[in-house]
Amino acid sequence: MDIGGINPVILVASLMVAAVPIMLAALGELVVEKSGVLNLGVEGMMIVGAICGFIAAVGTQSPVAGFAAGAAGGAVLSLVFAFLTQVMLANQVATGLALTLFGLGLSSLMGQGYNGIKPPVTAKVPFGPLAEIPVLGPIVFGHDWMVYASIALVACVWWVLRATRLGLIIRAVGESHEAAHALGYKVNRIRLGCIAFGGAMAGLGGAYVSLVRVPQWVDGITAGAGWIALAIVVFASWRPWRVLIGAYLFGGISVLQLNLQAAGSGIPVEYLSMSPYLVTIVVLVIMSSGRGRASLNAPASLGQNFHAAR
Amino acid sequence: MLRLEKRPIPSRFWLYATPVVAVLLTMIAGGLLFALLGKNPATVIKTIFWDPLFGEFAWYLRGQLLVKAGPLILIAIGLSLGFRAGIWNIGAEGQYIMGAICGAGVGLALYPTESRLIFPVMILAGALGGWAWAMIPAILKTRFNTNEILVSLMLVYVAETILAKASTGFLRNPEGAGFPGSRSFSGSSFPAASNPELIAGSGLHWGGVFALLMGVAAYILLQRHILGFQIKLAGQAPRAARFHGVKPERLVLLCMGLSGALAGLAGMFEVTGPAGKISIDFNVGYGFTAIIVAFLGRLNPLGIVLAGFIMALTYVGGEMAATNLGLPSAAIQVFQGMLLFFLLGVDVLTNFRIRTTLLGVK
Repeated sequence: MDIGGINPVILVASLMVAAVPIMLAALGELVVEKSGVLNLGVEGMMIVGAICGFIAAVGTQSPVAGFAAGAAGGAVLSLVFAFLTQVMLANQVATGLALTLFGLGLSSLMGQGYNGIKPPVTAKVPFGPLAEIPVLGPIVFGHDWMVYASIALVACVWWVLRATRLGLIIRAVGESHEAAHALGYKVNRIRLGCIAFGGAMAGLGGAYVSLVRVPQWVDGITAGAGWIALAIVVFASWRPWRVLIGAYLFGGISVLQLNLQAAGSGIPVEYLSMSPYLVTIVVLVIMSSGRGRASLNAPASLGQNFHAAR
Repeated sequence: MLRLEKRPIPSRFWLYATPVVAVLLTMIAGGLLFALLGKNPATVIKTIFWDPLFGEFAWYLRGQLLVKAGPLILIAIGLSLGFRAGIWNIGAEGQYIMGAICGAGVGLALYPTESRLIFPVMILAGALGGWAWAMIPAILKTRFNTNEILVSLMLVYVAETILAKASTGFLRNPEGAGFPGSRSFSGSSFPAASNPELIAGSGLHWGGVFALLMGVAAYILLQRHILGFQIKLAGQAPRAARFHGVKPERLVLLCMGLSGALAGLAGMFEVTGPAGKISIDFNVGYGFTAIIVAFLGRLNPLGIVLAGFIMALTYVGGEMAATNLGLPSAAIQVFQGMLLFFLLGVDVLTNFRIRTTLLGVK
């Protein structure tokens, strides 16, 4: 049942893997933006997470240690951003860009000597006979544990933001930092926590790129995935479940274009490889215009620094 | 306890002192980094900041400084206008590539005609190419309210694939035995379209001339022209700007267009001069480094000219350190990133002062 040389079951199964990095990074950025902070350094945190995870996984031969190190690397880098924007009150757009430029350099510095090494294989979850079911087996029961963990994290973030006191505080800080401050919440500290969470998630996503998706180390391995994650947050109108849909959409496009390249379709390779970026632009245009504009859902204090006068 | 207190008006002293302090702090932090990499920090810092200016090979390296500073200044001048107005064009790298492809494409289409008019037409084509590429995020922003940061950045990746296609496909040298890359512009192969050194050994080519001219032009624009006033006003007080009659859409189109055109120019001068031909990786990230240059120059045209030379110093000195001391080239990228961090951090002192509060005293 191949269509144009592409098996749809394998396509769906592999898009679920391709979607994990951008889903994790976008989910983290969603929480950051919900708290009113715009961190444009996702790409930098992702790639630092990718190399930290890779080094740890190769060193210990344990993928779990790799993912933990990736998350830690992303979080540490995000704390630089948090310090500059929350304590030194620097411009968030400029600091985010700096984070990306710095992260790209740092990762390539750390990654020297790691080219051409294979990381340890991340095990698939043993579902036993369930994985043998035709069609459903490879799509639902044929993945490594990070695929399921990322979906669980979406549910987790959705629940926390919607139904818990912590979520309410985060949203309050993002909608009106003045009001949240007047209520006695430590705006900058809450934002600092959210930024660190976002960094950890971006680092986790980056580690998934270098440990599972590619899996090896090359300079610039994330290739704009962090920027696409930022676009997905807009696409999702700051709602966690829509992040999942957005990530699957973009995962699907990147897998489809790779498959089309391999299947030798008539479309030149260059046009196929630019398609994820073009689709991102088209989606941004659709989401930003007309009625039901995505920007209406944006947190009201997004991108503004808060300085308590006393 | 340390506490920040907002200054009634920004400090003029710190406005000028910030970049200097940031460069010094970066040297210290960079020295630590180089020490971690097992190099002697003092030697590396001297190789980067001293040797290109006064060292043994300074006669050659000083020229290289101008070669690197030219495109950085040209791009950063354009970016700074937008940054001042709160319009974030961060896709200069893409506009740089498209300017190079358009400029070189026009030249190659006329090969091997010899005419004095070819180079000016190529300059125009380069500026137009960059302008058109920047118009995409600008028009999407004004028409559909799309985020210009994300769109302009996405277009960098698109431009890179077009560049790959150009050097292996539609601009490939037909006499190049199938190797990627276009016909060469350097030397005597196509003199009408080449962008040679104007004074031997100085490193000055038309790109450097344009960069310095644009620096002066931007300074006059910001200080003496109503448009410059509107750009500054829109950035500092968007509401007041609207009452003043500034049309935000017009400003977006103008700032994005200008920065795109200047980035395109930089790309065109680079590809016909120092780079010599369209190749798959002729771009080395000037479009991104120019963002650092713009901030280091405090978004002020004259400051940017200075900052461009400091950044060029890290490039030229970094290459020296790479060949002579075996310093990894990525370390320079980290160094440049750190510079921007320190700059943004120290900048707090321009608008705030640090007060110490004793326990119990408010």
